[in-house]
Formats: sequence, structure tokens, C-alpha cells
Amino acid sequence: MIDWLLDDSPTSRLQANLGRAWRVWTALLRNPLAVVGALIVLVLVVMAIFAPLIAPYSPVGQDLANRLMPPSAEHWMGTDELGRDIYSRVVYGARITLLIVTMVAVIAAPIGLVVGAVSGYFGGWVDRVLMGVTDIFLSMPKLILALAFVAALGPGIENAIIAIAITAWPVYARIARAETITFRDSEFISAVRLQGASATRVILRHVLPLCASSTIVRVTLDMAGIILTAAGLGFLGLGAQPPLPEWGAMISRGRNFILDQWWVATMPGFAIILVSLGFCFLGDGLRDVLDPKQGEKQ
Amino acid sequence: MKKAAIHLEDLSISYGKTPVVFDVEFSVAEGESFALVGESGSGKSTILRAISGLAPDWTGKISVLGKPRGHAPDRAFAKTCQMVFQDPYGSLHPRKTVDDCLAEPLAVHGIGGRDTRVKDMLDAVGLDQRFRFRFPHQLSGGQRQRVAIARALMLEPRVMLLDEPTSALDVSVQAEILNLLKKLRREQGLTYLMVTHNLPVVSFLCDRMAVMRHGRVVEIAKVDALKTGRLANPYSRELYAASGGTLQPA
Repeated sequence: MIDWLLDDSPTSRLQANLGRAWRVWTALLRNPLAVVGALIVLVLVVMAIFAPLIAPYSPVGQDLANRLMPPSAEHWMGTDELGRDIYSRVVYGARITLLIVTMVAVIAAPIGLVVGAVSGYFGGWVDRVLMGVTDIFLSMPKLILALAFVAALGPGIENAIIAIAITAWPVYARIARAETITFRDSEFISAVRLQGASATRVILRHVLPLCASSTIVRVTLDMAGIILTAAGLGFLGLGAQPPLPEWGAMISRGRNFILDQWWVATMPGFAIILVSLGFCFLGDGLRDVLDPKQGEKQ
Repeated sequence: MKKAAIHLEDLSISYGKTPVVFDVEFSVAEGESFALVGESGSGKSTILRAISGLAPDWTGKISVLGKPRGHAPDRAFAKTCQMVFQDPYGSLHPRKTVDDCLAEPLAVHGIGGRDTRVKDMLDAVGLDQRFRFRFPHQLSGGQRQRVAIARALMLEPRVMLLDEPTSALDVSVQAEILNLLKKLRREQGLTYLMVTHNLPVVSFLCDRMAVMRHGRVVEIAKVDALKTGRLANPYSRELYAASGGTLQPA
């Protein structure tokens, strides 16, 4: 099987692409931090998918007799002010976090990539207009901009996702533009143009695949920031609304008891730190493997 | 006289505000192999780029197979004239397999039967079928240049623009590529317009040549002149002497 993947002379397109993916994968496995990051992200995904099987209690079921209980064998992370099991809420919260980061990545990355590639490929006034807009978005602090959008759109998890996506794309546009400019005049792009390919085709099929790897790296590294922004919006009451177990909102609720019942705010805080760290490690590892410029140095 | 494959008249080319080629005039007959020689920066490659549409800032007349050229690459032109670039390391997309690279022009022009066409073309340029799904980084320089030539031939053009197709390769591989180019020209009746600064390559592959210096054509000569050393222009004579030829009175 591995011989088939690493074959020097693949016999089909599929085998060639799988072989390349396999080489990236094995290179990633050689980086211990990246493996740790990947494991954390994997745990997050598994928790999100199997939340009902993993969580011992309901995330919203109240039990006022057992409110604000410290961590114990029954309640691993204690209970909050309404007697809800914090561990169960953290497990269900993985779903919301994962939803936010994937949706933001799915919305923001393609927009940024296309804007950046178009801008870099055409240059001239197209570049000036698109990069002007990008710079305007880039010049505003992320959380403040997201706050403004949520304030305008109304609180809620969907609007938080849209708001974060709107603040996240300019960075990808910048990266894609910078990458595009480096190979816009290269001979392999000239060759496709000479074959009569339209600008759309050149950008979609030849420019974007080369920008993709650095964008994937950047998106992974940004995941931590996205999680923190989402948690920040939740903390300010503008993200997920109660009783949804969003980690930022949970910290916000725990703030009232932080001196006497530390676990209410700390446990979701740990979850945020751990997942952010996981994405950072994974992003760093991916950069070493995927970034062509980094790769050539090694 | 046969119809001209490439005809240039009063062609002046500039990059932005810098003029690089001045009032060039020559024609290449159909089936002929014509060389542009001269030192670096004399504007040889720029002429190819203007013909292909990659250097859009020109004045004068360019026509290919009787049709006047526009200032940008276009689809109809792509089928009649293709270009092979100098650097085989820079002219292949690093993330696309040989197969993708060769099938792309067919996809652009909506031509069917891609599988067989790609296979036939690999045979034609002397590449084994096992290279078909390799990435460029898994190929040697000579193999890459074969892929680049195959890509240019996929649309069955009648005119090929060759921009120093062998200068980035080592000597033994150069010979292979030159033989390949000679064979393809004989088999498919191609017209070559080739840029080079290597005179032995010219005498091997070409019928006529234009010597360029500082953006102007200083002499157009038959390739026999390289064998006899009968060149008229002082600069051509200098160039010829520099590459080891014995001069004769013109």
C-alpha cells in the first residue's frame, strides 16, 4: 500500500495526488508539536460529533439543589450557578466552537483567496481598488469590527459567524495577493495564457492552487484568534445566547463567582486555551510541511 | 515564393517607456527554421514575446500565417502558434502532473480524446508513459523540456516560437532536445522561429538567421554563411569569430 503511494511512476492521477498527500502526512508526523496539535483538534472533533455519548449529563438540565458544586467524581468540572454539569457543557460547547471555526474558515478563506488572487493577477487599478477595500477592513481591530457588525445584525451565533468572517478575510487577501505577484509573470502562467486560457481559468486553476497552501497554514494559525474572538463576543453577550453552552458565554457567567467558585469560569477557559494551542501547533507544523519556501530550505 | 509564416514590418517594442526593439523587419517562410542570434539584451526574446502577445507594447505590423496579430494572447492564435520557454524549471506548474499539464490546452479548447492524445504526444517527444503522472520536481531538466515541447505541440500549431530552448540544459541533454526538435519539424512540417546565442545550434537546426544588436537587426544571412564564414556585418563577424569560426572575406 505504502509502496503504491510512494511509487515514482504513478499510473493514475488519483495515485499521484494521494502520493503527494501521503508525503505531506508523513512529514507532518515527524513534527511532534504538530502531532500534539492534530490530536487536540481530533479530540475536539470527536467530542463535537459524539457529545451526547461523551457528556454524562444534559448541557441544559438544571439541578438547583446541586448548584455551584466544586469538581468531584460526580461532576468532573463542578456545576454552575444553575446546577448544570460544567463538563457536559464544555463537551457540547465543542460543537459550537467547531461550528464557528469551520464556518468562518469556509466563508472567509475563499473570499480572501479570490480577492487577493484577482488583485495580484490583474494589478493596476483593480489592484488599487481591491487592496484599498482590504486595507480599510484590515485597519480596524478585529473584535471592535465584529462587535459593530453584531450590534448592527443583532446578537446570535449566525451573526457572530458572519461578523468574524467579515473581519477575517482581509489577511487572506493580502497573503494571496503577495503570492500571486511572485508568480504572475512566471513562464508557466505565460504558457497557459498562450494556450488561450481565460483569466478566470488561469486564476482558478493555476494561481489559486499555489496560494492555497499558505492560506491553509494561515487559516489554521488564525483558528485560535477566531475562537478567542468568538469567545469574546460570547463573553460580551453578543455571540451564542443562553442556554447554549458557548465557552465564552460560560466564562462570562462564571465571572460573578470567580473568587469563591473558581471552576465555573476556569474550566471553559482551559478548553479555549487548549483548543487554541492545538490549532497553533497544527498550523506551525503545516507551515513547515506545506509552505514551499520553508520547505525548500530544509 | 511560399506564403510567409511570420512577417514583421517596422516592429518597435517597448517595455513601459523603455524602447528595446527598433524597426525590425523580416519574414519567415512556411516550413522554414529561422534563428535570431545576438548578445543578451539585444531584444531577441522580446520579439518572440511580442509575436505571442506577452509583450503588448509594440507598434508596426506582425502577421502570422497571413493573419495580423493583436496585442494580447487569444484563443484562435493559440492553435496556430505556440511557444517553448527557456527555463524548463520555471515553465511547468509545480503542482500539476505532466498529464494535467498536457491535457490543459485540450480542456481550454474543448478538444476530446484527451487520454489518447496525451499518450501519443508523450511517445512523440520520447517520454516514457511512466512519466505521465509525475510532478515536475520528479523530472530532470531534459525531461521537463520535453514536457514543455509536448505541451506546445498539443494544439497542433504550425508555427513554434522557441526561446533558447536548450540554453538551460547541460550539453548531452541539449543534443537530445535539438535532435527532438529537428525530428518534430521534419515530421510535422513546423515553422520555427528560434532565439539563441549559440551559433552551432543555429547551423544544426536553422536555414536562415538574423543577427541582432542593441534592438536592431544588423544582418540577415543564410546559415551556409556560418560554414563559410562569409558574414558582411562587422558585428556578425565578431560574433562568429568569438564562437570559434574562421572568417572569410564577405
